[in-house]
Amino acid sequence: MRIGVFVCHCGENIGKTVDCPAVAKEVIKFPNVVYAIDYKYMCSDPGQNMIKQAITEHKLNAVVVASCSPHMHEKTFRKACSAAGLNPYMCEIANIREHCSWVHDNIEEATKKAIDLIRMTVERVKFNAPLAEIKVPITKKALVIGGGISGIQAALDIAGAGFKVILVEKEPSIGGHMSQLSETFPTLDCSQCILTPRMVEAYQHPNIKLYTYSEVENVDGFIGNFKVTIRKKARSVREDLCTGCGLCVQKCPIKKAPSEFDEGLSNRPAIYVPFPQAVPNIPVIDRTVCTYFKTGKCQMCKKVCGREAIDFEQKDQLITEDVGAIIVATGYKLYKINKKDSDSTVKGYGEYGYGKYRDVIDGLQFERLASASGPTAGEILRPSDRKQPKKVVFIQCVGSRDESKGFSYCSKICCMYTAKHAMLYKHKVHDGEAYVFYMDIRSGGKGYDEFVRRAIEEDHVKYIRGRVSRVYEKNGKYIVKGEDTLSSVPIEIEADMVVLATAMVAQPEASKLAQTLGIPYDKYGFYAEVHPKLRPVESSSGGIFLAGACQSPRDIPESVAMASAAASKALVLFGNEMLEREPVVAKVNENTCVGCFYCKKVCAYNAIDLKEIRDKKGNLIKVVASVNTGLCQGCGTCNATCPSKSIELIGFNDEQIFYQIKAL
Amino acid sequence: MDIGYYPGCSLTGTAREYDQSIRKVLSELGINLIEIEDWSCCGATSAHATNHLLSVALPLRNFNLAAKQGIKEIFIPCAACYNRFVVAKRDVEQNSQLKKEVEEILEEEVVTNFNIVNMVQIFKMIGKDNILARRQKELSGLKVAAYYGCLLLRPPSAVNFDDAEEPSSMEEIIKFTGAEPINWNFKTECCGASHSITNTNVVLNLSKRIIDDALEMGAEAIVVACPMCHSNLDMRQRNMSKIDSGHKNMPILYLPELVGLSLGLDKESLGLNLHFIDTDPLLSRFSMAIVAKE
Repeated sequence: MRIGVFVCHCGENIGKTVDCPAVAKEVIKFPNVVYAIDYKYMCSDPGQNMIKQAITEHKLNAVVVASCSPHMHEKTFRKACSAAGLNPYMCEIANIREHCSWVHDNIEEATKKAIDLIRMTVERVKFNAPLAEIKVPITKKALVIGGGISGIQAALDIAGAGFKVILVEKEPSIGGHMSQLSETFPTLDCSQCILTPRMVEAYQHPNIKLYTYSEVENVDGFIGNFKVTIRKKARSVREDLCTGCGLCVQKCPIKKAPSEFDEGLSNRPAIYVPFPQAVPNIPVIDRTVCTYFKTGKCQMCKKVCGREAIDFEQKDQLITEDVGAIIVATGYKLYKINKKDSDSTVKGYGEYGYGKYRDVIDGLQFERLASASGPTAGEILRPSDRKQPKKVVFIQCVGSRDESKGFSYCSKICCMYTAKHAMLYKHKVHDGEAYVFYMDIRSGGKGYDEFVRRAIEEDHVKYIRGRVSRVYEKNGKYIVKGEDTLSSVPIEIEADMVVLATAMVAQPEASKLAQTLGIPYDKYGFYAEVHPKLRPVESSSGGIFLAGACQSPRDIPESVAMASAAASKALVLFGNEMLEREPVVAKVNENTCVGCFYCKKVCAYNAIDLKEIRDKKGNLIKVVASVNTGLCQGCGTCNATCPSKSIELIGFNDEQIFYQIKAL
Repeated sequence: MDIGYYPGCSLTGTAREYDQSIRKVLSELGINLIEIEDWSCCGATSAHATNHLLSVALPLRNFNLAAKQGIKEIFIPCAACYNRFVVAKRDVEQNSQLKKEVEEILEEEVVTNFNIVNMVQIFKMIGKDNILARRQKELSGLKVAAYYGCLLLRPPSAVNFDDAEEPSSMEEIIKFTGAEPINWNFKTECCGASHSITNTNVVLNLSKRIIDDALEMGAEAIVVACPMCHSNLDMRQRNMSKIDSGHKNMPILYLPELVGLSLGLDKESLGLNLHFIDTDPLLSRFSMAIVAKE
């Protein structure tokens, strides 16, 4: 065997702590190593060329690159080897950066360790065998989870490219939070006017199949070949019969269920359409408040429906769909300051009186007050007495950027929407006064800072830099106690209404869905991208992409951009006929396998099947384990578990590992 | 139940009635207080404002004394002392360097594995059932404002028994007596604390606002668990009358005094005769509302 060793300095990352030329001089002495060289950037074009050249000139049949983690550049170097005619799996990485130079500071010892690490890898590569990549077919159909603006955008992009899309929304209508908004910053265009046409387009698109009032229950399979189970919740209204006439909604005797769409500022019947522009325009019965479901009497909706579309017996339906890619666009929730609901890890803001005083509201509630389709038809009125507030205080960063009581992250959109709220208020109540308490104004974005300046300079919104310590009621006014940190004085404002810009948080069931999908999430429940800069819309599970505020707080333009990016990632996948994947999978030795199936019990990916071994006459001899190479992720758990050593992980077999250890 | 007792300096001086009512009420409730022998200053105000090391070493000296008496749990009624002990315990537990420095000063190993209990917590430990079992009089109809002040609840990272901004634990204890805790706005506002001596006017204004809000919200008395709060709210009311002729006097009670009244203890044994603001009108108000237990 002729092995070449390539030692990378990684600029100063390795070179500063490991004496790379000395390493190269030492490793050339190893048996079977016929070539060794060091270079400043092995991953660069000239570096890769050195490898290619050496393979040809020195007739190398194995390569060891001593560099950064294989997570970083294993693919790069294997590709280079492949270009020079070497099987890519004959190339191995010795990690002398993360495992050596970055964690040590003594040059002499780090150099010694680097030599040891290379010796181990050299011993290991001697037992490498050429491998071929596994090819799997791709189902060219996408699943989009979440029908807010991100999900709609992603679905329309994929459908527009000619591929089928399944769009799943858990609420009765698509549209998400954007459909609740009044006007949008920084142009103040009406949210519904720009959103509803897209909702209709998604509904009518021949390539999009819409499941509303539905949730993803289970996901099996892997990139290109997912099998998804969707729970279509019982609407109690037959979608094939209902025409959306709305008579049932009008006649329902229950009128006092708090409207989710209006954030509790108005009431809705038990059978309802969330809002007039809902898509689909088909009502749903809220079984928790419906008189029929509670007492068995009423059936008013059924009596008035001319189409006999009301179906009290309807049950949840489970539907399975095969898809090749999944886009997660499940969005966010606003942090509710309510001791009872609040997450136990968050201490809450009881001192602001949310939930105690009706005129202390959150940002989404203000959107509904300002919206022409809202409970006050767009007039700014106090929820308590329907009087026009003459002094409104907006408090930013309630929960955001507050490690001691809330979340340490910035919710990003509140500076902008608070400026918008204050502006809308001033446009509607000319003699009103608007105050904003802020920590910093974060208005990065096209036209954003100009927008905030406009609120301050043209609409005379009074910005006070400081935090509010308490809001309490006195003589029908809300006393907002805070500090003006720019002039270092305590300040008290007698407000008629207080609007809290509460933090954007992950959906309450975000972690549950993440576990179903097998994608990682951060401590707040936001889904994690593979790389924050270079792979921002991909989850670490192949074929599952992220869009919108489920990944972190973000505004509409960013969500839309991210959705299109996620859609294009799915389209890149669909551009291939077959998917190539790494051949590092488990393999069963059927001769020695005794069929105990411990491997099946421990496999996290459901990749072990049963295989019957029969003789020529068809008599069953035994049942053994068999690996589904499409599902196997090469984790090696089965390998470690097998009592008869009958499962081996290709590329990580016992010889490779033992000789690697022995070299130390 | 035996429990270690650290009274602190205030309870031997300005807040004598706090100490007196604690000893009386807790013994009625079956608690045996074991006072730490040779206890010394906790380091409040002056020490922790001038020398961090000193302010940590002082409570730890008392810890070590307690350990020698075999005490596992220490009851510290003064909010300032309580705060110093809790913070010092946290500081040395989190900082081994600091722990070493303190050990050098004290010339012995420091012990911190104590459960530190404040005035509200000890009533919670005794429990509703025990208090109700010994209750002689139900203070029904009496409207009381629970005032926490600052030190009992802060910093929340070290003192973590109640919400620092919207606390409710003292109200729970008030309910045991049959009295009605009111909803009010100044539960945790600053009373001015030790500015009482150096800048009395600041204290007058701050403390008056607290009393005025309690009055406005219908309170007949304010209940406290801190000698500093008590002295500012009780003692300074005479001067408040000077700046506001319409000032209405508000009796300020220590939490154990209120509990003591429901246990049927008399004015003198609870030290209610030692207050600046006469508690007699309140007591007579009680006698009307008090329903003797059969």
